[in-house]
Amino acid sequence: MANPRPPSRDAIAAALPEPFRKYATDAFFDEMITGEGTVRQHYRHFLKHFAAVTPAEFDAKRRAVDLAFLRQGVTFNVYGDSQGAERIFPFDLVPRIIPAEEWEHIEAGLVQRITALNLFLHDIYHEQNIIKDGTIPAHYVMSAKHFRREFVNVKVPRDIYIHICGTDIIRDDKGQYLVLEDNARCPSGVSYVLENRRALKRTFPEIFEAGGVRPVESYSNELLKMLNYIAPNGVAEPNVVLLTPGVYNSAYFEHTYLARQMGIEIVEGRDLLVREQKVFMRTTKGLQPVHVIYRRIDDDFLDPTVFRKDSALGVPGLVNAYRAGNVSLANSIGTGVADDKVMYYFVPRIIKYYLDQEPLLPNVPTYLASEDADRKYMLENLDKLVVKAANEAGGYGMLMGPHATVAEREEFRHRIEADPRNYIGQPMISLSRHPTHCEGEGFAGRHIDLRPFILYGEKTVIIPGGLTRVALRKGSLVVNSSQGGGSKETWVLYGNH
Amino acid sequence: MLSRVANSLYWMSRYIERAESIARLVDVNLQLLLDFRNLDDQALGAHWIAIVQSSGDEELFRKLHPKTTGQTVTQFLVFQAENPNSILSSIAQARENARMVRDQITVELWEEINRVYLFLYSPRASELWRESPSDFFLTIKNGSLLLQGLTDATVVRNEGWFFMQCGRYLERADKTSRILDVRHASLPARGVPAAPTQADALGWSAVLRSCSAWDAYKALHGAEVEPALVAELLLLSDEFPRSVRFAVRHLNTVLRRISGVHEGRFSNDAEKLAGRLLAELQFSTVEDIFEIGLHTYIDVAQAKLNSIGEALFQAYIFQPFQLQEEYELRQQEEQQQQTGPERSLPPPPRA
Repeated sequence: MANPRPPSRDAIAAALPEPFRKYATDAFFDEMITGEGTVRQHYRHFLKHFAAVTPAEFDAKRRAVDLAFLRQGVTFNVYGDSQGAERIFPFDLVPRIIPAEEWEHIEAGLVQRITALNLFLHDIYHEQNIIKDGTIPAHYVMSAKHFRREFVNVKVPRDIYIHICGTDIIRDDKGQYLVLEDNARCPSGVSYVLENRRALKRTFPEIFEAGGVRPVESYSNELLKMLNYIAPNGVAEPNVVLLTPGVYNSAYFEHTYLARQMGIEIVEGRDLLVREQKVFMRTTKGLQPVHVIYRRIDDDFLDPTVFRKDSALGVPGLVNAYRAGNVSLANSIGTGVADDKVMYYFVPRIIKYYLDQEPLLPNVPTYLASEDADRKYMLENLDKLVVKAANEAGGYGMLMGPHATVAEREEFRHRIEADPRNYIGQPMISLSRHPTHCEGEGFAGRHIDLRPFILYGEKTVIIPGGLTRVALRKGSLVVNSSQGGGSKETWVLYGNH
Repeated sequence: MLSRVANSLYWMSRYIERAESIARLVDVNLQLLLDFRNLDDQALGAHWIAIVQSSGDEELFRKLHPKTTGQTVTQFLVFQAENPNSILSSIAQARENARMVRDQITVELWEEINRVYLFLYSPRASELWRESPSDFFLTIKNGSLLLQGLTDATVVRNEGWFFMQCGRYLERADKTSRILDVRHASLPARGVPAAPTQADALGWSAVLRSCSAWDAYKALHGAEVEPALVAELLLLSDEFPRSVRFAVRHLNTVLRRISGVHEGRFSNDAEKLAGRLLAELQFSTVEDIFEIGLHTYIDVAQAKLNSIGEALFQAYIFQPFQLQEEYELRQQEEQQQQTGPERSLPPPPRA
């Protein structure tokens, strides 16, 4: 829904410092500017300091940050680029600010959600009560692409399935926080949260000096604590490693970054081997035992003897060692079922079923193509809906109905009819916008989302904030780094302004 | 330490050292040609091909470049991506290895490697190369020296550091011997050479400068350049930090730091071969070397350096799949050794 009465340019101009004079919120929910054209309370302190920065200084700071990222190699790899080019993830210097009371609400909603999802995964891999009770139809679970039959009735350490979750949250045109998806497999991006904070502290030390922004530095520490917590029984000082697909993976920087911060070894599949259901790593002093693996490899590639036979990244025998309880994995195998977008539809029910609570963070309204009434509605409203494949990520395999061509819509009509289980539809949410520095335009509104990082161990820990991604292309709603997205610092305040 | 990490650290520092050596070699020879007048194409070609030969990549060079000129040779040694040992490729490989072990090296070290890499691939590099080759080489050499300094100043003296030192000294011994070999065509096959002609002397002083040895040589022997004294300094000096003997002595020491075995003993082939080569260099005179012939001697020495590298790989990097029983057996064997000779009786035969 469009905002009925966008504030006039004059009202905004009066409220904002010089560099924002041309800023327009249009009909969107703007994170910084209210519908009346005034600056929201929690942005005032920042703007006061930011106003003192001249455009020339700002440009110089921006270039310095980009150069620093390039020099430090804070880059991601672009797939399909023959040069194997590394790019920096564009970083916008205007931070996204969340006041304390909004964050408390988000935090409570995320804790509720991950708790329910872990109970759900434990249930469907054991008693399957939620299916027997008819709360979720069996065929949806059994047909989920990432449901691992091999893991039914396997005990996992501390009964935790999702240890690290990167839930994507958006705000609609009223500013309501909604969950867009749960990334319950190997969510990435947390290194940018930490590096962006470092960069912004160096760039605007004076703004931080005044205080008020909650720190994020404890993440690596909390992550390591959680990994130690899930060590196999009887291992007092576990050897924890991070398993990476290797140097050509798009998130390789993040893998080395986290390993370094935690002081653990970063290993590739070829560094590990399994003997007698125990995992070892090859070192210059011979074989050393491994107890906990923070794996950044998908299930499919983990063990060629169980999953994909052609995986050269995995470790033959790893799954057996895991089953035998000699090694722990984070995340556990089989969590991908919670990432299935059809399962997402059921999360409010899942929360109700296990916790007997109403969801604190609502879902985006969702239609399942395999339900007759929903499918009929979807096919009749393809020009209004976003259609998503149930198991794709990264902004791939989706149709943005209102922006698509007739041919594209027809293609999705065929796909939905051929394979309804694998498609869902959602109304197009007009994501909130945030002032962002845009080349040639100065400061302009761009759509954003938020990915907080949740750690589920002895207790649930969420570092304040997370990764705010921003769609840098004008009008675009796609925030993924592979498709023209950038990032912002996320500040969670101690107070409400 | 992970074997793969040890391998990457080893190659990272080898490639840095390699890039620096090539930079010095090409730089000095470009300057040397300024001292000669009236060189025809053939003489120029002969001069440059000797340098390609010393790098061991003559076959690849001929495949890529039908003509041997100053331009094709410098292109081949500096910017040619198809040449795995060009400066460009060496820096790219050093950086690739560094990237694989980013969590193991210091931020300072990584950022400097990355900076040199980004420079080489930027338009500024080829601009500088066109405007002033010597400034270009200075940038590369200084980058390498800065990296060595950063390594010394910031890296903890643990196993990783020893592997980096292994790579550095093996590469240095190899490159110094190759640079010395550039002039072998001007020497008799055997026997101590006579005093060189003026042009030859310039060539030998270029060899010295390519190894940063000119000042060291002058301090020892004055400005008169004699091939035998040059060979003695670059092969046998125990004090000059780029001589083969100096490099092998350090290599021998760090190899024993890795395993903890005392000097004079060995626990693997790398240590055995390094110790043997060191003893040979320590107990040789330059007359012995010329008796065999400098070129032959260097050929043999390079083969020995290669076998040390291979033995190092076998001992620490290449881990054959061991069975659990073997693993336990070896552990027990190691414990046996620690408890002293009276218990080192052979184990009873298995039933």
